[in-house]
Amino acid sequence: MPTSNDLPPQNRGLTAIAGAMSLITVLLIVQIWLLSAALESFLGGNRHTALPAAIFSGVMFLISLGLYAFVDRIDSEVRGSSNGR
Amino acid sequence: MNWLRRGTSEPLWKEEFSVRTADERYVTRRQLTKFLVLTSLGMFVGNIWILIRSLFYKAPVYPQQPVAQLGEIPVGGVKLFSYPTKDDRCIMIRTAQDEYVSYSQKCTHLSCAVYYSQAENRLECPCHQGFFSIKDGAVLQGPPSRPLPRVVLEARGEQLVAIEVKG
Repeated sequence: MPTSNDLPPQNRGLTAIAGAMSLITVLLIVQIWLLSAALESFLGGNRHTALPAAIFSGVMFLISLGLYAFVDRIDSEVRGSSNGR
Repeated sequence: MNWLRRGTSEPLWKEEFSVRTADERYVTRRQLTKFLVLTSLGMFVGNIWILIRSLFYKAPVYPQQPVAQLGEIPVGGVKLFSYPTKDDRCIMIRTAQDEYVSYSQKCTHLSCAVYYSQAENRLECPCHQGFFSIKDGAVLQGPPSRPLPRVVLEARGEQLVAIEVKG
């Protein structure tokens, strides 16, 4: 049975990029929900949810940023390997 | 013009648009990822903005304003007034002989004006069928997720005075 190591680097890179993009999309959806919930709570007079919402949103942004750096690195590597062939 | 072309198996459009498909795909993915991360930053900034508004929130000082005379409206009757500013429309309902309730008239969904349905004994928003309880302004049905802000009334002599808005 073929493993991911048997695939050419370009395909492996594409898989990694697709995975990272999917994760970023999921995080973004959670962030959108978090923003709407925090706004709803703020407008409803509850001001204690703003801090945890901001912290979680920041953490998710940092994870997204890390995933972007990962995508950027993998992309450069794949490009380098395909140009070197 | 086919006679001008070199003898290749590639279709004409591929020769004229000599873009490497793989490279183009990588760039698009990278750009999309960048866009997603920037949107994520936007969401974070939005949350920070809410946090700043929460930290620097000052409870408003409400004026004390006579809004009606006791017995001015019959049981089941309604009076509209503005409180605390002339742009904030409110609705007051006499629910029993000695019982008055008052709420902001702005639906918490999209700010349509709510009205009192005597038949159903509830406040209704005609725009998206949002219904609110007459007892406490809680959402009974529909898209609104927050209750109607309640105007606190106080009886002073023969007058009903609005003293603050809660919610």
